[in-house]
Amino acid sequence: MSDVLIRAKGLSVGFPIGGGLFNKQVLKAVDNVSLDIEKGSFFGLVGESGSGKTTLGRALLKAAPITAGGAHYSDGEVDYDLEKISKEQLKDYRKRAQLIFQDPYAALSPRMTVRDIIAEPLEVMKLTKSRQETDARVREIAAKCRLNLEHLRRFPHAFSGGQRQRISIARALVSAPKFIVADESVAALDVSIQADVLNLLKQIQSDMGLTFLFISHDLSVVAHTCDHVAVMYLGRLVETAPTRKLFAAPRHPYTKALFSAIPSLDPDDRGAAQKLKGEIPSPTNQPSGCKFHTRCPFAVDHCKQVEPKLETDGSGHDVACHRWKELMAPEAA
Amino acid sequence: MTALIDVKNLTLKFRTDEGLITAVDNVSFSLNKGEVMGLVGESGSGKSVTAKALMHLNAKNAVYTPESKITLHTDKGPVDVLSLRTPRELNIVRGGAVSMIFQEPMASFAPAITIGKQMVEQLQLHGDYTWDKAKRWSIEMLDRVGISDAGKRFDQYAFELSGGMRQRAMIAMALSTQPKLLIADEPTTALDVTIQAQVIDLMKDLVAEFHMGIVFITHDLGVVAQTADKVNVMYLGRMIEEGPVREVIRNPKHPYTQGLLAALPKLEDLNAPLTPVPGDIPSPLERPSGCVFHTRCSKVVGDVCKSVDPQDRRIDATHKVACHIYDEVPA
Repeated sequence: MSDVLIRAKGLSVGFPIGGGLFNKQVLKAVDNVSLDIEKGSFFGLVGESGSGKTTLGRALLKAAPITAGGAHYSDGEVDYDLEKISKEQLKDYRKRAQLIFQDPYAALSPRMTVRDIIAEPLEVMKLTKSRQETDARVREIAAKCRLNLEHLRRFPHAFSGGQRQRISIARALVSAPKFIVADESVAALDVSIQADVLNLLKQIQSDMGLTFLFISHDLSVVAHTCDHVAVMYLGRLVETAPTRKLFAAPRHPYTKALFSAIPSLDPDDRGAAQKLKGEIPSPTNQPSGCKFHTRCPFAVDHCKQVEPKLETDGSGHDVACHRWKELMAPEAA
Repeated sequence: MTALIDVKNLTLKFRTDEGLITAVDNVSFSLNKGEVMGLVGESGSGKSVTAKALMHLNAKNAVYTPESKITLHTDKGPVDVLSLRTPRELNIVRGGAVSMIFQEPMASFAPAITIGKQMVEQLQLHGDYTWDKAKRWSIEMLDRVGISDAGKRFDQYAFELSGGMRQRAMIAMALSTQPKLLIADEPTTALDVTIQAQVIDLMKDLVAEFHMGIVFITHDLGVVAQTADKVNVMYLGRMIEEGPVREVIRNPKHPYTQGLLAALPKLEDLNAPLTPVPGDIPSPLERPSGCVFHTRCSKVVGDVCKSVDPQDRRIDATHKVACHIYDEVPA
């Protein structure tokens, strides 16, 4: 077992919504999530919109309020309890943990040159002592992200989507972080550019020894890049496993449904997929018992009443479903 | 099979401060009734502009060359789309016989008008409908696309619906005038895979039921494989490959189509490396000479690629490709 960089234990994130003064309602975006992200891993987080994956990513960056449970960051140099982190520690944590956004068009200021965009974190965090040092650092990172000196002088509007995403990546990397949350970082890109950016992320990860939390709704992308995957549904972790195990034999009906919804490249394989009915329920009005029972084709009464716990079988493949064992039996399929 | 729309030698340029920019370059294709055509390409390849041309919907600075011809075959005979001028004439291709669904359903509904009012408005614009009759038909259409509680949804605003619901409502609205041709511009791109699967199923049902033609614009080859009968691949305004969906996906001929397929992450083989098409799509201001793809092509066969614009070569009766590699193949 290698070292754990981030360990979340019973982590919940809630946002107060509406209601009166005395009966404030809380929207639980992330609900009692426990997971370990190992150092140097490429950890995938998948689920539909509204499943809480972005909020979980932000909570691990201490950018969303942790309302219960906690998360621990430990990279060998420092040890932070994200729930009780002090102001000074948080400043340091910001250098160590960074975020790459989804939309490379919205994430870059149109009024700043690429050089200034990449240099800004260095200046804000006072990581360099002189302009020369800043420039040297910017050039070094830019080269890693395949941006040349000519690019640095220009403004973001002159770049294509793929190039912009490389600029965003350079900006996230410039403070030499250990942990990166990539939130749908390739979702807005064309397939060929997407392949290019994914290859770049993998390259950087192995060169710089980074740990990635890769948030995506695209399972085929996750399958190709991540070594561990967690599946979320309505704020809950429903299944987590090493990528190959998960893709070889998904256990949760939701994971199976996500897989079968991926459009097959085979024109003769139409409509064979088992389709999921309905949509993810609103987090303000959550179903009782297993959150997935309203859409699950295998739900029985027990599922409506009792919420399943994440079961561990020792192999690192955990699943939260009452019936997974009987459903995995060959005759049930 | 009866022809629905014929596009011949469509060339479209935009007049800008930096000069004329070619967006669509000598594109020809035709579509039959009940046929789904997938239009594939990267951003900037001209697929949306081509689709909008079918509705004569491009911005005022668009210049069509005199050779460009788009003929729509309606019940009342052929219509020369590009010669339509007045709003009354254009009605036939804008919601009448041709409808369009856009990628972002939130941006396509007016936020301050109820879904129902918008549906009724367009029905009254295109046909002889009283408010009551239009309302009844709209609710029926909402119901038909799988929106539960259609009567209630009719009086709601776009923001009250989820993304999947909005896209269904968009489809209901586009189909309520019973168009002959539906243009779907990335209709599932903003949706989750599960909802995407539902919307794809719905569209397939609707083709079967209404027997219309669909131009399905997407960058997702998986979606194309699941929906289309034939595929047209565009690159920088050129139609570079065209053929039946099985042919193009299993046996792609153009290096660009091959590249797009190689860049896709495949679930069957997790060890396969992702191979991007090298470089970025060039700016339309700097269109490469010769074959527009030669700057990124790994199979350039010589100077001919840099200097001569490749004509269509026939692989077989239905499969065409514009690439110099296939010169040796006897016609």
